Amino acid sequence: MKKTKKVQSPLLDKRSAADIARTKKISLVVSAALVVVLFAALPVVQKVTPDDSMLIPVLKKGVIYSLIAVSMNLLNGFTGLFSLGQAGFMLIGAYTYAILTIPVESRANIYLYYDGGIVQFAIPFMIALVFAGVMAAIFAFLIGLPVLKLKSDYLAIATLGFAEIIRTVIQYDKFGPLTNGSNLLRKFPTQESIVFYFAVVGFCIAIIALLLRSTYGRAFKAIRDDEIAAEAMGINLAHHKRLAFVISSFFAGVGGALLAMYQGTIQAQTFKTSLTYEILLIVVIGGIGSLSGSVIGSFLYVASCEWWLRTLDNEHFIGTFKLPLMRSGFRMVVFSVIIMVVVLFFRRGIMGDKEFSVYRIISYFQNKKAQKAVKEDNANV
Amino acid sequence: MSNILEIKDLHVSYGGINAVKGVSFNVEQGKIITLVGSNGAGKSTILRSISGLVKPQSGSIKFDGEELIGLSADKIVAKGVTLVPEGRRVFANLTVLENLKIGAYLRKDKLDDSIAYVYKLFPRLEERSWQLAGTLSGGEQQMLAVGRALMSKPRLIMMDEPSLGLAPLVVRDIFSIIETINDAGITVLLNEQNANMALKACDWGYVMETGSIIMDGDGETLLANEQVKEAYLGKTK
Repeated sequence: MKKTKKVQSPLLDKRSAADIARTKKISLVVSAALVVVLFAALPVVQKVTPDDSMLIPVLKKGVIYSLIAVSMNLLNGFTGLFSLGQAGFMLIGAYTYAILTIPVESRANIYLYYDGGIVQFAIPFMIALVFAGVMAAIFAFLIGLPVLKLKSDYLAIATLGFAEIIRTVIQYDKFGPLTNGSNLLRKFPTQESIVFYFAVVGFCIAIIALLLRSTYGRAFKAIRDDEIAAEAMGINLAHHKRLAFVISSFFAGVGGALLAMYQGTIQAQTFKTSLTYEILLIVVIGGIGSLSGSVIGSFLYVASCEWWLRTLDNEHFIGTFKLPLMRSGFRMVVFSVIIMVVVLFFRRGIMGDKEFSVYRIISYFQNKKAQKAVKEDNANV
Repeated sequence: MSNILEIKDLHVSYGGINAVKGVSFNVEQGKIITLVGSNGAGKSTILRSISGLVKPQSGSIKFDGEELIGLSADKIVAKGVTLVPEGRRVFANLTVLENLKIGAYLRKDKLDDSIAYVYKLFPRLEERSWQLAGTLSGGEQQMLAVGRALMSKPRLIMMDEPSLGLAPLVVRDIFSIIETINDAGITVLLNEQNANMALKACDWGYVMETGSIIMDGDGETLLANEQVKEAYLGKTK
């Protein structure tokens, strides 16, 4: 008897509901195991890595950038608000953290030109870390009131302007007793342990991921896709845009505070627009609308910028022959070319708008196996 | 029968153009009412004013005796008035199911029954539940737009040009769906350029021209009217 051919569309999941449920359970366990392994491995890695290796600094900076990139993606990728104020909110976060935590006995030394400054107390660093986010969120709320009425490019220009203004205002001499003017802030508590950075960032990104999976996240995406339709469906545009802006800025503020902890010193001058562009680059390369893309992008960006391409900046000799081009600054040339190539071949970034998930990987192989079975079945017809 | 929607002396202008000039009409509960008229007659503007997307200059829009002018769009949806916007406007990067859930954004109760209801009306949507809405065909997108609006459990559903850019066979499907929805007790306010189909389907029709209503009557009367035939049904002199 002739069997009819089975057709398998790659789009459709042909597994049974029970199979899918089991796969979901397995992938949940595997994901949890991966997180446990990561956190168990990190302290070991930090211990065995030699002091002069770039690995640990790159991992720390990479994970901090992940949080900031994810916070920017929440706004630009998921809500469709093209904002370029990230450096400004990081600055507010970093300064809030530093001002609140510098030990009282060190203040006279640091606020040298301002009689030790006006803040004469210090709070525990974890509380200051939360305050850093809250302060950035408050600023975001106030700025959002007028600015979020603007659309696309105009919003970008306005937020960019805000970031520049806040950087200048903080350096203003009259605010010196609070901000130490254009001088360095230092001696605030820092963190050596790499686990700390991974734990804080992991926690924050988990919150953002949960938010995006909630009805709020769906509303954000609806606004991104079509504002008018979203409004017609009863989504309050102003409210949701403000919410996304405030949440994004909160985490940018926390990211800024973490960056301060990592660097040990901060100065308003270093939070330039180019910092925002770095983050934007990470978001675009990782994939607009993909959290895991932003995380992957951050580590790749920081690693290649600070570590892997370093050797290009040194002079190299083969015997007595000096390799051409290799000199200080050549690294950035190669880096730019790499970015261009990435953008050419991955039009929508490394991850597109997909997320990395164990479930997807297992499902992919299961479906492939099922497809192969159907093919063999068809061949036997 | 009572009027679910009463519009009195509505004036709307935006961008310096008087799009609607003193329009008054009623929508009877449980009926299909249609507005026909050529491009730029102000039909879409009326629907957009009712749903709060456009702020009218003056006049009154009463839904169930309550004034809608001045309320924000989300409050109006919560009252039970939902618009299926012109050009479908589905959320292209969300799945079909997510689109439906957005339609029920303001509801706090369980959605399972409503989703099942929409899938029963449009079996094609159930097949494509996990597909991104942007990958659907025009007709399927229109079904999704209607299904999405139904998710808010409206008492009055307004459809802005549902047949725009669709194949004739699909247009017929859409109109049969409109009648099914109406049979379920939902009042329909329809805005159509396809006057022939719309007037056949409706209980009462209003003919609009440059911002004013010039005629009204039941579907058959309007279809038989010489002036309507000339202007909208392509009858040659």
